[in-house]
Amino acid sequence: MKERYTVSPAPHLHDRTNIPNVMWNVVLALLPALGFAVYYWGWRSLWLTLLGILAAVGTEALIQWLRKVPIRISDGSAVLTGMLLTFNISAASPWWLPVVGSVFAIAIGKQVFGGLGNNPVNPALLGRAFLLASWPSLMTGIQTWKLPKTTAVMSGIDPRIVDPNLQAVSAKAYDLVTGATPLNVAQTLRDSEFVSTLAATKEASLDLGNRIFNGMIDLGTLKNLFWGQIGGCIGEVSVFALLLGAVYLLWRRIIEWRIPFFYLLTVFVLTFLFGGMAGTGFSLSVPIFHLFAGGLMLGAFFMATDYTTSPLTKNGRIIYAIGCGVLTVIIRLVGGYPEGVSYSILFMNVMTPLLDMITRPKAFGKVKK
Amino acid sequence: MRLKTFPGGVHPHDHKHFSASAPIEVMPLPKRVVIPMSQHIGAPSTPVVKVGDEVKTGQKIADAKGFVSIPQHATISGKVSKIDVFPHPAGASSVSIEITGDGLDSWVELSDDPNFMDLSAEEMKNRIGEAGICGMGGAGFPTFVKLSPPADKPIDTVILNGVECEPYLTADDRLMLERTQEVVSGLKILMKILGAKQGIIGIEANKPDDIAAMKKILASESQFRVVPLKLQYPQGAEKQLIYAATRRKVPAGGLPMAVGVVVQNVATAFAMYEAVRYQKPLVERIISVTGSVVQTPKNLQARIGTPFSELVQFCGGTKEDPGKIISGGPMMGFALPSLEAPMAKGSSGLVLLSEAEAVSLEERNCLRCARCVDVCPMNLLPSMIAQAVKAGAMDIALKAGLEDCMKCGSCAYVCPAHIRLVQWIDTGKIRHAETLRGKK
Repeated sequence: MKERYTVSPAPHLHDRTNIPNVMWNVVLALLPALGFAVYYWGWRSLWLTLLGILAAVGTEALIQWLRKVPIRISDGSAVLTGMLLTFNISAASPWWLPVVGSVFAIAIGKQVFGGLGNNPVNPALLGRAFLLASWPSLMTGIQTWKLPKTTAVMSGIDPRIVDPNLQAVSAKAYDLVTGATPLNVAQTLRDSEFVSTLAATKEASLDLGNRIFNGMIDLGTLKNLFWGQIGGCIGEVSVFALLLGAVYLLWRRIIEWRIPFFYLLTVFVLTFLFGGMAGTGFSLSVPIFHLFAGGLMLGAFFMATDYTTSPLTKNGRIIYAIGCGVLTVIIRLVGGYPEGVSYSILFMNVMTPLLDMITRPKAFGKVKK
Repeated sequence: MRLKTFPGGVHPHDHKHFSASAPIEVMPLPKRVVIPMSQHIGAPSTPVVKVGDEVKTGQKIADAKGFVSIPQHATISGKVSKIDVFPHPAGASSVSIEITGDGLDSWVELSDDPNFMDLSAEEMKNRIGEAGICGMGGAGFPTFVKLSPPADKPIDTVILNGVECEPYLTADDRLMLERTQEVVSGLKILMKILGAKQGIIGIEANKPDDIAAMKKILASESQFRVVPLKLQYPQGAEKQLIYAATRRKVPAGGLPMAVGVVVQNVATAFAMYEAVRYQKPLVERIISVTGSVVQTPKNLQARIGTPFSELVQFCGGTKEDPGKIISGGPMMGFALPSLEAPMAKGSSGLVLLSEAEAVSLEERNCLRCARCVDVCPMNLLPSMIAQAVKAGAMDIALKAGLEDCMKCGSCAYVCPAHIRLVQWIDTGKIRHAETLRGKK
């Protein structure tokens, strides 16, 4: 027997979860999406992702060394940041883009505030915003998404659905359907000036515009969106792959249902009500298109659920998620960018402390005064 | 049928297999006992014996000091050898009376009222007060006080707490199984004293034998209910148990009597039965000596004041050097520096964890993952309280629920950053109490 045994405060049992466990599980949940990206875009998406991760981990280690705090790169949080950042750029990006983004995400998005747990906004999204502001042409725009060797139709729309003779009718419309991401198409169709130049006459242009819109929400297109045969960022391509990871995280209780559920629900309801074109009426295909397109799935399950930057309280999480949804839809349907997921999450991130304060729960048995 | 339960909570492995099948065994008389003067909530008892006095088993050796206090009794016969500060089972130390035994165990005279149910409520209450009974589930609130609710708070329901939600512990489990009739008598005494119409026994579903035994005895009587409860920690916490069994919510900061309920632990009910029927003071109880390193885990009927070291010895010692010694259960119990301390009236268990089970995990930054928020049975914001206490922002700590925390430890159990949330909250509670005292 020892002279003195360890005295420590209760509880003396622990469920043995830890930070690395949480982080690596999220990384694992993102692997199916990476696999689909490699399948559709080739090995370049993998190399870019690895570069992003390497840059993030290197920056984290360097700054922790400079700060004279323990180096904790093995906890997986920098790996996750680098991975999410690269998931937010095109597979056709130059090699330095994920590197610059990751360095910024870790250094300015995270370590400046004191590292893990102290950052006010999602570091990966801040990194993306930085890239978008600095190199907009590399981050958006129809040319961004083209890879030299891909033959896929970027928008997921089969040109034959729109018009059997599309190429003959209008090279401009053909470019739009084949070269743009689904949300690029959606945004461009909102531009009445552009639409009016699609064909020779105004009526023909409007008609062609409507047909492209209908092609956009066609079942075949939605299927392509679901499996991932579309243009977009590395991590966004396949709804199926992202859902696979999301179900895993929900099952392991690493993320909680409130944020993704209310986020997606809000987008669904609002795009059902306001997502159509003049004269196309209401269709359930429109909200499904909006759920499947762009970075919504990645954002709702993997970014908005980021622990540090989302509210602690249950009601706070609901308001936060609805806020994300409303902002996403506003940016998509009214704003100047085709996609609004990252900005809406960043905006709601900074609302988090306020939401925590105004939604403090009532203690069990507490009655309203 | 869906088992009744409460919102929040965690599901630790119950580890009851070590001692669940070990029948209650009578522990041989210890050579010496140490009776702490503070085994309960309230003022410490005042010794009424001097060093050198001869005492009999069951003789009163300390008086209650004021209303919220209890008397203490000699638990073996012999000589008072020391009145001094001794190690206490709750961690620190307390003034205690040491009795060196004469090995005879000669008792004070006990009586036997087979028709004890005919006694007046007042007489029953007096006998319980005289017997020095306090809550035996851990908190140790003087039972006599709980039986004296103000006239404007009528009690209609008595709940016996047979939940035993702490992992490892099986003392209440064995008691309900082997002393079923006596425990039920304790419940009837309680109902008579309080004038309650309804008696409920709440038992967690991992004790089906106890549930069956209780149901068998109470089958013919309609005013009783045996309520099987979901295996979920802290199911045995007073407010959670009341909610699970009756759907009544005790107001925050209030007592169960506010919703017409009194809760007593099953071991307390058993002690009340012995006190009322035999006028027998509380000198012994059932304690589980268990854990992976105990040679033969047992449920022992042992005298209050028996040193923990003797209990472990009687269980065949340890297989390997333990990593941690826990007085009570592993979720809310106290880690002790040695086995020197004695068992007290609230000691339901002594758990010895191995080195591997007792690793202390390094505290890291809060991730704000909100797991603590999702499991808190009191619906508080544990991480926010802890952070506020750390930063000295007591106003935020109070707003986040500092005063409503019962320190069940669910939050710290699930925290992936291994933050010692309960310790921080406790620090905050102490600081807050000091501030309040300063204001008065």
